[in-house]
Amino acid sequence: MDRELQCVIAGFGGQGSLFAGKVIATAGLIEDREVSWMPSYGPEMRGGTANCSVTLSDEPIGSPLVLHPNALIALNQPSFDKFLPTVAEGGIVVADTAMVPELREAPGVTVVGIPAAKLCEEAGIKGLGNIVLIGKLWAAFPFCGQEALEGALAQVAGKKPAMLEKNKIALELGMKA
Amino acid sequence: MAQKVLMKGNEAMAEAAMRAGCRHFFGYPITPQTEVAAYMAKMMPKVGGTYLQAESEVAAINMVYGASAAGARVMTSSSSPGISLKSEGISYMAGADLPGVIINVQRGGPGLGGIQPSQADYWQATKATGHGDFQIVVFAPSTVQEMADYAFEAFDVADRYRVPVMILADGMLGQMMEPVVLPEAIDPADLPAKPWATCGHGHARPHNVANSLYLTAAALEDLNRERYERYGAIKAAEQRAECYRTEDADIVLVAFGGAARVARSAVNAARERGIKAGLVRPITLWPFPEDTLAEALDHAKAALVVEMNMGQMVEDVRLVANGTVPVEFYGRTGGVIPAPEEVLAAVEALSGKVGE
Amino acid sequence: MKVVYERPHALLPVVTNYCPGCPHGIVERLVAETMDELDIEGETIGVAPVGCSVMAYDFFGCDMIEAAHGRAPAVATGVKRVHPDKIVFAYQGDGDLASIGMAETIHAATRGENIVVIFINNAIYGMTGGQMAPTSLPNQVTQTSPYGRDVATAGNPIRVSELLATLDGPAYIERVCVDSPKNVRKAKKAIKKAFQNQVDGVGYSFVEVISTCPTNWGMTPQAAFEWMRENMLPYYPLGVYRDVVADGFANAAEAASARNAACPIAHPEKKGEN
Repeated sequence: MDRELQCVIAGFGGQGSLFAGKVIATAGLIEDREVSWMPSYGPEMRGGTANCSVTLSDEPIGSPLVLHPNALIALNQPSFDKFLPTVAEGGIVVADTAMVPELREAPGVTVVGIPAAKLCEEAGIKGLGNIVLIGKLWAAFPFCGQEALEGALAQVAGKKPAMLEKNKIALELGMKA
Repeated sequence: MAQKVLMKGNEAMAEAAMRAGCRHFFGYPITPQTEVAAYMAKMMPKVGGTYLQAESEVAAINMVYGASAAGARVMTSSSSPGISLKSEGISYMAGADLPGVIINVQRGGPGLGGIQPSQADYWQATKATGHGDFQIVVFAPSTVQEMADYAFEAFDVADRYRVPVMILADGMLGQMMEPVVLPEAIDPADLPAKPWATCGHGHARPHNVANSLYLTAAALEDLNRERYERYGAIKAAEQRAECYRTEDADIVLVAFGGAARVARSAVNAARERGIKAGLVRPITLWPFPEDTLAEALDHAKAALVVEMNMGQMVEDVRLVANGTVPVEFYGRTGGVIPAPEEVLAAVEALSGKVGE
Repeated sequence: MKVVYERPHALLPVVTNYCPGCPHGIVERLVAETMDELDIEGETIGVAPVGCSVMAYDFFGCDMIEAAHGRAPAVATGVKRVHPDKIVFAYQGDGDLASIGMAETIHAATRGENIVVIFINNAIYGMTGGQMAPTSLPNQVTQTSPYGRDVATAGNPIRVSELLATLDGPAYIERVCVDSPKNVRKAKKAIKKAFQNQVDGVGYSFVEVISTCPTNWGMTPQAAFEWMRENMLPYYPLGVYRDVVADGFANAAEAASARNAACPIAHPEKKGEN
């Protein structure tokens, strides 16, 4: 299958959307593919919404700004509402239903809801909903090899061993949910 | 082969500068270049270098002037409004024949403008970075890899010709991460000596003076002419451009930096629709790659210049085309990044207009 | 034959552009003598301003840099950061230092750059032909205050030495003048002390020289000194405004530390003490 990933990850500042983007981008780096990661930046980062575009491709990447994602990770309702209409036909949306109470459908788009934040709380790994959603997206759309994804998590979240363990649990939660 | 790492453009420029032997950085905070300064603040103390947050962009560029006169490889970084403030010092550096590297991570203007990516400082960088008769070398990277490569090379070019060199980036390139292979580090101790530097004569030579004041008109004219001879050498040796699918192109797109990435996507989309499109991407904006562009335009039917401004480089393209082919412009401004579909539509419209 | 007077080595044998009776020549000679006596000419980099002393780069024998208007402290900072072991000084007038370059002046001082700044305060812009300076006195007539400096609209003069003395960065600040052999000797002592401070790593040292401008004041040199004594010295009293060594500190950093002793974050070493 075509593994080209054009992903938007969006949520409130502090929910880890930029971090989740770095994990995906690093997976692309490990596989030696073309990679770009582009954050929204500016005053809206401080307490407002934060989103990033991530592209993994086998071809050189044009604009790093993803306008028509084939994958959207939505961490809150405003982000879901804002980016759902931009998702390309055949694309997939993974949303945290704990934060996005009103899931909607869009023509030609698969919308998957998972109570990521709630699952994390129950598992004692609060705050890792972003990683759960990566796992869920990967299960539905394996945009990279599993080893690369796990390796990326180790690189990006691996500074503190205890944190890495929690991140691994979160990824697995998402993959199996 | 060196390892590929994932880095922000801003950080890649900072790291590459350090690898080029730059141990002195003078900055002032401004979005969207802040990561350059933050990176330097973190790394310089580890190698015994200087990171100094100046009281203003004006002070920062004058610290660069002093450090350069003293013989060091030195850099400063800012974004559009800050470059306006640095323009005084850049003119003095040019007038005193001092090398140095200035990064501009452009944002929308004029005035305070916005903080989103822009290329609206093309004219400022290539025509009038400050008052007086002078040019600076301007590199326009288009990828994070190129940001590292040209930030590194900028120091060599600056030292070779004793001119200020600018890296003209934009907020998109500065903020984005891509895989990058960093250049191999140079030990500053291995760099060639600068016999002109004002670093204390030790009674071993006459005193050196770094100066741009010449009150005798004829003397100043002579000096400016000598400098323009050097600019001629730069024009002859340092023009850089990348050609993409231009061999048989009817429509030649011309774009630099971030806009060139979008233009490249549009070229591929146009080819899929049967339009023979190609891209000339100037990598040096000054000297402008006239020869490469003229060659690509030689067999083209029209040119389309794509910029993130209201149309600035398009004038240089028209000078090169010199009436031989129509040169049209498509731009977005104020911080808006054009979408590939918009550029494709402009290519299709132009292709329809110039016909077979 | 006994030589009783000669040109200092660090002062080049050239004709200066200064007007007859201008104190610049005296002060530059004192700086050059200092370089000779401390044997630092070969290790010194001077920074000239924009103003009457713009061409000081042709007069001093050490390596010299000509700075943009007001930017000498920033340029000196750049040099000193590259060569912390060399001696760096800026030589500036009042328009350069206290008007257009006030930000650079204040911040180099508060950073405590280990440099020397020589400040010639003659209460007027000389080079451009006698306009009002930030240090022009109330009611002083200049080309741009033809009815006298009206403090209600043109504001008040700045006492730079007093201003800088409020900062933690400077090690030594003294205001002197050169209107008599006695005062010239005092000025020399201050300038030499400033350079010695830099050699010893004591810190930022600032010498303000109350000066005259016979040409633009429209007076003979003698009358100008008389006017200076009568009007300027009461406004700009001579004396030492800061001297951390005299206060018992080894350098400016120690003095600053003592000054902010009550601030916990400035003193992590005291953590846990009560």
